Amino acid sequence: MVDNLASMSDKAITGSFPVKRGLAEMLKGGVIMDVVTSEQAKIAEDAGACAVMALERVPADIRRDGGVARMSDPEMIEAIKASVSIPVMAKARIGHFVEAQILEALGVDFIDESEVLTPADEAHHIDKWKFTAPFVCGATNLGEALRRISEGAAMIRSKGEAGTGNVVEAVRHLRSIIGDIKKIGQADSAELFDWAKRLQAPLPLVQEVAESGWLPVPMFCAGGLATPADAALAMQLGAEAVFVGSGIFKSDEPARRAAAIVEATTHFNDPQILAKVSRGLGAPMTGIGMDEINQRYAERGW
Amino acid sequence: MGPTIGVLALQGAFASHQQRLAELGASTLQVRTPDDLGSVDALVMPGGESTTMSKLLVSSGLFDPIAARIATGMPVFGTCAGMILLAAQVIDGRPDQRSFASIDIAVRRNGYGRQVDSFEADISVPSIDGGPFHGVFIRAPKVERVGPGVEVLAEHDGVPVLARAGHVSVVSFHPELARDARLHDQFLHTASQHYIHHVNESITETN
Repeated sequence: MVDNLASMSDKAITGSFPVKRGLAEMLKGGVIMDVVTSEQAKIAEDAGACAVMALERVPADIRRDGGVARMSDPEMIEAIKASVSIPVMAKARIGHFVEAQILEALGVDFIDESEVLTPADEAHHIDKWKFTAPFVCGATNLGEALRRISEGAAMIRSKGEAGTGNVVEAVRHLRSIIGDIKKIGQADSAELFDWAKRLQAPLPLVQEVAESGWLPVPMFCAGGLATPADAALAMQLGAEAVFVGSGIFKSDEPARRAAAIVEATTHFNDPQILAKVSRGLGAPMTGIGMDEINQRYAERGW
Repeated sequence: MGPTIGVLALQGAFASHQQRLAELGASTLQVRTPDDLGSVDALVMPGGESTTMSKLLVSSGLFDPIAARIATGMPVFGTCAGMILLAAQVIDGRPDQRSFASIDIAVRRNGYGRQVDSFEADISVPSIDGGPFHGVFIRAPKVERVGPGVEVLAEHDGVPVLARAGHVSVVSFHPELARDARLHDQFLHTASQHYIHHVNESITETN
């Protein structure tokens, strides 16, 4: 992929696709935690988070409160940026390119064009090639992931169902994306045209996936993870890192749970360590079943 | 038989390092526990978040065994966060952040700025053939002081970006993202020499 908008200065190029994807590469194997205050951001960093997502309300509260969910107040994002040394992400509404411009102006390290906020555009996602800051976008299936990548996303996260504490949708989306990547790997060159049509995804990206056996950008898992075992499950299924939103600060002992989830993400293939870190963490967030919710965030975006 | 190259796999871009090394025909192992460390002859410390890795080095019980191995000559190669972990002095780190202090340099965490300031640039490395190396700098550490006995192998805008002191090499950019294995090849060479020396010593001892 070529980014024509890379700017030249002192022979150094900023904002190119390799530079954007580079930060996603550095976050692999880590845990990105939702935080709503500087204090929570510090707890997350202390626990070993590789980045924090600064937002005004965690998804569980957005779900409870209803109404329109928007980009967070810049003052709050700046306070969180000032309180930690790790990368800080923030969310813009789907299609709300001005919120994204503001987040970039604030020096946010990664912008999440997120279905957890109320979409601003019912037909168009943000043209992410226009930005210096990298973007992460959610996806429920391979076609959606490739459409976001064609718009310039430097990281994909499987959507899951945010704010539920229920991992079932995250598993569904991961299995769907990875399952189709495997199938495409078996397809012959003629069949790839049909795959591109069915996935509604650009043919060159479908061909790239067929050849490399993976997405052109890292894929992380989000939406409903609440325990160390959930994080390890996502990693064993093939996610390259995890986002944990409401799961940490809606639990009884956020600091301990956060540290345990960090260890579980590193040692995801070691049941002995998983058993050790899962002990005595207090109550997890209560969580809700999929038949109890009236709004599926995963259905936002297309 | 050659050396087994370990890649510290606690967090970060370890898989890309492993891929570069595998392309050179090296046998590699992801290191997450002291047992894993026991099976390797050299160690790559990848890019990622140094604060996260510092925590996990302690919780996994790897910190002290790695420090002991470096002290007895195990070749190590630290990239970006790995450079921070190996530096004698870390500026703008967390107070509880631990480093192996294996190379006498001072580095400032995120010294080149935040992600919007991350960049790529061609870096001239006189000690390797084949033209400049394409460096990808991601929230990179900036070297602010180099002690005596540290060899600076490359600079960008007058700032050291690649340095070596004996068996310890550090780089502030990401050779693992460049699809160019020359720096890995150089490390593999160091690791092989150390390995052969070590094997010969054991044979002499047995005799």
